Amino acid sequence: MVEFWDIYGLPTAIIVAKILAIVLPLLIAVAYLTLYERKVMALMQLRKGPNVVGFYGLLQPLADGAKLFFKETIVPSGANKFLFLFAPMLTFILSLIAWAVIPFDEGMVLSDLNVGVLYLFAISSLGVYGIVIAGWASNSRYPFLGALRSAAQMVSYEVSIGFVIITVLLCVGSLNLTDVVKSQDGEYGMFSWYFIPLFPMFIIFFISILAETNRHPFDLPEAEAELVAGYQTEYSSMAFALFFLGEYANMILMSAICVVLFLGGWLPPADIAPFNWIPGVVWFGIKIAILLFVFIWVRATLPRYRYDQLMRLGWKVFLPFSLIWVVLTAGFLIVFDMVPA
Amino acid sequence: MIISTLAFYLFATLTVASAFMVISSKNPVHSVLFLILAFFNSAALFVLLGAEFLAMILIVVYVGAVAVLFLFVVMMLDINFSELRQGFLQYLPIGALIGIILMIELLLVVGGWQLSPEALQLSSAPTVAMTEMNNTEQLGSLIYTQYVYLFQIAGMILLVAMIGAIVLTHRQRSGVKKQVIAEQVYRRPEDSMVVRKVEPGQGV
Repeated sequence: MVEFWDIYGLPTAIIVAKILAIVLPLLIAVAYLTLYERKVMALMQLRKGPNVVGFYGLLQPLADGAKLFFKETIVPSGANKFLFLFAPMLTFILSLIAWAVIPFDEGMVLSDLNVGVLYLFAISSLGVYGIVIAGWASNSRYPFLGALRSAAQMVSYEVSIGFVIITVLLCVGSLNLTDVVKSQDGEYGMFSWYFIPLFPMFIIFFISILAETNRHPFDLPEAEAELVAGYQTEYSSMAFALFFLGEYANMILMSAICVVLFLGGWLPPADIAPFNWIPGVVWFGIKIAILLFVFIWVRATLPRYRYDQLMRLGWKVFLPFSLIWVVLTAGFLIVFDMVPA
Repeated sequence: MIISTLAFYLFATLTVASAFMVISSKNPVHSVLFLILAFFNSAALFVLLGAEFLAMILIVVYVGAVAVLFLFVVMMLDINFSELRQGFLQYLPIGALIGIILMIELLLVVGGWQLSPEALQLSSAPTVAMTEMNNTEQLGSLIYTQYVYLFQIAGMILLVAMIGAIVLTHRQRSGVKKQVIAEQVYRRPEDSMVVRKVEPGQGV
């Protein structure tokens, strides 16, 4: 029995502890991301934002959570009950399991997969199922329309995300996320991160993750002016809360992927005194927060895309451009003999 | 060891069970969802074999793209599945025949490995030991050196299939308003606007 504990029990307990150490801060981050969004948008629109619950509105996310928790879960009578409740769970689970391969600092990763980048790509491509199943299982018109839009949108932008990832991988020579960050550790500090040499790809990646997370200006699946609330229309209470948590956790996740691929992960901007005192995790968090600020900034600034414009941007602009850039990068690396071993 | 054996039987049973549910469930959307479950479990089997690259590609390509389009189409179609089932007995012999042929082929391959171990070595000869390269690199070096022509031919076939599908389904529709962004950008006020002085009481 002792042997069994040593082989299976103890490692399992350690892994569970690590998972909790990732998931709990993540959920708190999601809760405060909603407050961050409301505060930033309020300041951009010369309002105050939530400022009643708690000091400076700091308890607002908890109040919102408690409210959603005590509401009644309503399942529409024509809905497919199992799939209706399964869809929000799927969205939420997918937004959590991707964090298993994200390196927060050197060696600070739950599972250092050899194919980490592909794993992230696979998980993010599954995100569409939560929305499609929700739209179909609701057995209602607006959710269904939202689900169809979302399926087409997420599949379209996945293609250009794939090409962007390939360009980065060409420069790294490995599918491991820790290697991706380490290969950006050059002598020029932040100027050797990939967002400088691959700047157009960085922009395309950022716009594509806006579309992938169904955020403004690509939030057509839940366009409130036309579709009520899109695929979320029939959801209430905790089922809705799971969608909400999943969506915001996905935003943080996508920002984290962007940080790992282009902004040097946990690396400080320059390897000199005041910067390298701060631990890598903090740098990682700061970079994510900056990207999230841009997410919110975009939301407060840009009007929603029309559906045909969205498709045109994905297929006729991003896809050819990123494809050409893959060829150019590969050619450049071969010509100047810079292919990583 | 025992855990990986248990995991294998779990995933294998789930694969077979969900594959069975694909053909037996009444609702086509459920069929597609069971198909996705089958894909997932096959990916898990790949992971157990140590082929993590293939597992991820299986999920990215089949679950992330192909099955989404499947689901997309099946949800939009209004098929009556009980009608589709009426020809079941009629097609049973052909289906059974194909199944038996596949079964015999599988038995030949696996039986061949069992009868002569050299055949098995022949199939796994080109790869080097896992300690030198991980399996993503091994796949890459095999595909792009030894099998590069076959790989290119496969790519060409896919390209032809893609162009064929586009040619067959594309139709030119007339009377559709298309947005040409360049035209909108280059439009000047003079092209579309006339400033007139309107005298009172005379109209334009």
